[in-house]
Amino acid sequence: MTGWSWIRIATILVYLFLFAPVAVVILLAFNANQFGSFPIQGFSLRWFEALYHNDAIVRAFKTSLLLGVLTSAISTTLGTLAALAMVRYDFPGKRTVSSLLVAPILIPEVVLAVALLLFLQFLSLPKSFFLLLMGHVVFTLPFVVLVVQARLVSIRRDVEEAAMSLGATPIQTFFEITLPLMLPAVMAGMLFSFTISFDDITGTLFWKPGGIETVPTQIFAMLRNSISPEINALGAVMVIFTVALPLLGTAIARRMSAAKMKSAKT
Amino acid sequence: MAETRNAVELRNVVKRFGEFTAVQRMNLTVPDNSFVTFLGPSGCGKTTTLRMIAGLTDITDGDLLIRDKRVNALPIHKRNLGLVFQSYALFPHKTIFDNIAFGLKYRKIPRSMIGEKVKRALDLVQLPNVGDRYPNQLSGGQQQRIALARAIVIEPDVLLLDEPLSALDANLREEMRVELKRIQRELGIATVFVTHDQSEALAMSDKLVVMNNGMIEQEGAPEDVYNNPVSAFVADFLGHSNIIAGELDGPDQEYMPVHLSSGETLLTTRQQAGRVARVEGSKSVRAVIRAEKIDLSTENIPQDGMVALPGRIKTVDYLGQTARYFVTVNGRDWQVINPINAHPHAEGADVFMNIAARNCVILPGHAD
Repeated sequence: MTGWSWIRIATILVYLFLFAPVAVVILLAFNANQFGSFPIQGFSLRWFEALYHNDAIVRAFKTSLLLGVLTSAISTTLGTLAALAMVRYDFPGKRTVSSLLVAPILIPEVVLAVALLLFLQFLSLPKSFFLLLMGHVVFTLPFVVLVVQARLVSIRRDVEEAAMSLGATPIQTFFEITLPLMLPAVMAGMLFSFTISFDDITGTLFWKPGGIETVPTQIFAMLRNSISPEINALGAVMVIFTVALPLLGTAIARRMSAAKMKSAKT
Repeated sequence: MAETRNAVELRNVVKRFGEFTAVQRMNLTVPDNSFVTFLGPSGCGKTTTLRMIAGLTDITDGDLLIRDKRVNALPIHKRNLGLVFQSYALFPHKTIFDNIAFGLKYRKIPRSMIGEKVKRALDLVQLPNVGDRYPNQLSGGQQQRIALARAIVIEPDVLLLDEPLSALDANLREEMRVELKRIQRELGIATVFVTHDQSEALAMSDKLVVMNNGMIEQEGAPEDVYNNPVSAFVADFLGHSNIIAGELDGPDQEYMPVHLSSGETLLTTRQQAGRVARVEGSKSVRAVIRAEKIDLSTENIPQDGMVALPGRIKTVDYLGQTARYFVTVNGRDWQVINPINAHPHAEGADVFMNIAARNCVILPGHAD
């Protein structure tokens, strides 16, 4: 056996280790059996149906969706503006601000979670959905900033200068030139912040007010009683949301730009 | 037509970046329809000056006028300028048509007219059929033509070119140079061209502005600047010159001797000597002799107003139509560029350097 074969085998094993559990969850979600375990006894959608009729889960799902969408909207807007400031403008303390913006990635989430909680207590504010949202914004923001910043650096300033010399105001230049050119990064940042928010559990457990559950905290609560096959179905749905949707999004984007290039090549 | 106006005028313009003064009290005019080149080494302030005219850099002090209107505080998008960059700066996500139409959109021009104008601009740069392509589908030279079309289609008051040829390879650069000049002539647009390439500057300009250290060293017609440099910097920057310290001597007459510090004596003309305001007793000057204004000969043929210095050829660079020699005279190396008739002079040959008095440019001593 050559060295390459060993590397190939090792690679396959690593991927198996990573993805087999996910595959098991998805497979078992379609299992007709009463208990969520092997052997599989026929194909069924009954667990998805049960999921749909489980009010707590549906409510958690709606909460997560709302939280994810709001988080990504706020993080993307703030993060894009912050990245613009970092790349396009010079101001005193820029380096400090830059490292502070990215810090939430480096600080352990538990610490961040407790810190925010203590801060709320200090301000004697009660926990609320709004504060949960702010928490999510804090730790998704760095991802948006980093992704958009990297893209922005590669957009030459003189393209914007050319647009302004032709009569576009700075705001028109932003919407006509800068934004379209950095759109792929903005979209990536948006997807990042949505998926990170959608499956976050650590911070959410600390911050969520009583009576509000997100999908991850709901699963966590359900696991404490028993492992219901519904959880497998819920897992499958989560995978679709956090993996399949972004993949679909990028595929559509690629198809669109390819079509554009094709129509241009006549 | 009205009398010649100035498309651009700078009055005592100063630009400081913190402690650093990039442009010092600059006074400059760009006449209507003319092609003005800013030439100088990097960091001489030429690009900063261009960016101030464009409105991309604000002015610390002084006045900037475009078409006799003070525009110091007018933002770039209200200045009606055509701007072309070294990097082309086309909009990569827009078709060529949309790139060129971009400026027209902001000028409230009806759609039907836009198509017509874009087509005319594409014809002018000789790329009539690329309207529906994207910038990355064109070569560098083509992209630069589109950038030019985009800048001129809005009929700007001034066309500003920031080293537009520097990113192109040598052959293409020559071709674009001719093209650029043709288009500028055809449209009669006042143009400011920034370059560090002296052959571009000499070939294209109506007026050449040589800059150094944020100041204008010399301005004038290219031929004038080339033949009569007013400073050692200009003499050295444009072409190859031999610059040697010496003493101007003798009474005021047609030909006046210059005793060089290396021991030889050259002749210069009264006219040349007159350019140095001589203070009584102080005669120290610098003699500037262009490398191609020295004639090499194997025999000494005495002529009026001509000095022949004997020397020995140290090295020969064969350049095709010309050859560049280093000739040693009394231990000092002189640079000489001569056309080749049949064969270049050989290395080690004894020759005479014939220098006419009118080609011995006199600069003041060390107070440059």
